[in-house]
Amino acid sequence: MSDSKGIFLKDATVNAADGDQRAFIRKALGGYYTNRDLQKARYRDWERARDAASMAKWSAVNDLANVLEKFVANFERNGGVVHWARDAAEARAIILKIAEDAKAKAIVKSKCMTSEEIHLNDALEKAGYGVVESDLGEFIQQLRGEAPYHFVFPCMHVKREAISELFTKHLGTAPTDSPEELTMIARRHLRQLYIDADIGITGANFLVAETGQISITENEGNARLTAALPRIHIALSGIEKVVNHLDDLSVLLPMLATAGAGQPMTCYNTLYSGPRKPGECDGPEQFHIVLLDNARTRLLADPEQRDALHCIRCGACLNVCPIFKNIGGLAYGTTYQGPIGSVITPHLRGLKQWNHLSGASSLCGACTDACPVRIDLHHHLLHNRRNAAKESPTLFDRVFHNGFNFVIKRPWLFATGGRLFRATLPLLQKLPLPYMSAWMKTRDLPKAPAKSFRDEWKNHENV
Amino acid sequence: MSDARTDIFARIREALKVKAPRPHLKAETSSPKTSVAAKPWLPDGGETIEASLQILSEQLAKLKAVLIRVPDHAAAARALAELATQKSWKKVAFHGHPMIQPLVAALPCEVWEADKSFDKQRLEGCDAGLTTCESIVAQLGSILVSSQSSGGRALSVLPHAHVVIAEVAQVVPDLGASLALAKSRHGESMPSMLSYITGPSRTGDIERILVLGAHGPKELFLILVG
Ligand code: SF4
Repeated sequence: MSDSKGIFLKDATVNAADGDQRAFIRKALGGYYTNRDLQKARYRDWERARDAASMAKWSAVNDLANVLEKFVANFERNGGVVHWARDAAEARAIILKIAEDAKAKAIVKSKCMTSEEIHLNDALEKAGYGVVESDLGEFIQQLRGEAPYHFVFPCMHVKREAISELFTKHLGTAPTDSPEELTMIARRHLRQLYIDADIGITGANFLVAETGQISITENEGNARLTAALPRIHIALSGIEKVVNHLDDLSVLLPMLATAGAGQPMTCYNTLYSGPRKPGECDGPEQFHIVLLDNARTRLLADPEQRDALHCIRCGACLNVCPIFKNIGGLAYGTTYQGPIGSVITPHLRGLKQWNHLSGASSLCGACTDACPVRIDLHHHLLHNRRNAAKESPTLFDRVFHNGFNFVIKRPWLFATGGRLFRATLPLLQKLPLPYMSAWMKTRDLPKAPAKSFRDEWKNHENV
Repeated sequence: MSDARTDIFARIREALKVKAPRPHLKAETSSPKTSVAAKPWLPDGGETIEASLQILSEQLAKLKAVLIRVPDHAAAARALAELATQKSWKKVAFHGHPMIQPLVAALPCEVWEADKSFDKQRLEGCDAGLTTCESIVAQLGSILVSSQSSGGRALSVLPHAHVVIAEVAQVVPDLGASLALAKSRHGESMPSMLSYITGPSRTGDIERILVLGAHGPKELFLILVG
């Protein structure tokens, strides 16, 4: 068993048994469901909008080399500097080099999951830079020393009392149980940090090939400040974020907001096309973009699951996933939690260590229904299971599948086996069988029917 | 060793040798949009200006942004002065624009043309930032500001309140129309920042409870002339 699987099983078991926490998560998501439905109802045809959104991403991802080339040419024409990183280590090295060349001291970041993916904060802190996360949820998680729980709602599992304690401990503020007051504490604390920072690091939600702009979506205004006040702006983005046309955003931006947070539009959707221009009074002197592969091309090479690269990271699939709601985001141990995380993590980090996530699904398909860009999420979990069984079948896979294959081809054996199985079923509850016992600890076996389906069918035919 | 760029492009080209099936579309759609054709499946933005203005005012109300409609620029100046008094603003930063200059003359407080002598510390101490905008999207209640129309990047987000002055003619039905307008207006030399502002800054990070004014303005006012 891989380490990640062991941790997953342990955490999942503990969390699923924590009724309090589960109720808290459900309550937190309650408002989301209401608002999402209200906003979706404003679409004159949500299904057609999903078609358009998925086509916009499909046409860019399936022509990635050309579209990226166009983006890069336009980005450079606008005065930005492009860097390429094959993997996490290269991306970290590039950013460290920019910081070193700029003789920077303080760095402010706005929410960027790609930076979590490459463990950027650790690297920057080790090199002696002060790094502060400015998104409220990320700021809280940074103080807690914990990874984000949900890639859109990073600290949705933390109760206000805990946040108040955290602020008292780290910022010396008086305790309060008002979310409003807590938000204001963070606001006051961070304001001066934006002003003093030398470098602002952001992610990117979309890269627009046609104009060479990057698009950043956020609610708080922290990304706006991060890209306005420091003298250097670095954006870190996966190569798959590119879209062909500026007009694609007229579909993608509202859908991202509605699917992800039940809003008509996220509060700030900002397009950046370079450093400060002549005649502009503020903005950074340098604008860099780091384009990251980090195994995305491996996912690209699988035509069956290539559409997982269409993901716009809205988080809708997490919000509707029964597994996510029961085991919580931290149990996954991945940068991207929930259904999309379970699909892509085995590609990004290795099927062998991460295939257990393919089983973290009830296959209800709620994720696939929720996805604004129509990624076939629950089937991809099945594809991963199949691929894992093909690549390195476990003993169970081999014994079970060969056995099944043998039996199913011989009707007499199938019938005898069935009879035997029905007769011995009550025993299974008691025997400590491998694979079965863990599953049965929390479940009761149903009673075996007296007759097999085939016997019943014979009767049915005789009537 | 070849460089990262060459390598990544080689990987992409290799990966794309096998074609992926086109997405399974539920509705009958045409190919992806390259034009700015209206998209009659997105939220409605109104077919007439009256309908658009109606949708806009509903959207802004839901977003907790304040819409102040006035008949002319003289009335806009009065409305702004009233607002400043009511909110007891002491310092207002503004973008030096012909539409704004006459308005600030009547303000009963300290005013400062922020884009003339930019100072981030001073801007942080301002109660309100006063800007124009590029266009207004009725469909979503979004206001498009740019580094050009709004005195740079910080003026519309750093002060505690943001006031936008615009004319009714700047209202467009939907996001597609607004993006197309920005493209035709600026062509190849886009302002370095274009930002759709949809309501005052907000967060739900603490227990998913809505709080306004996370890092950006707590209050957003749109003074619409005409
Ligand atoms: S897979 Fe779909 S639903 Fe899930 S985060 Fe990505 S875009 Fe959203």
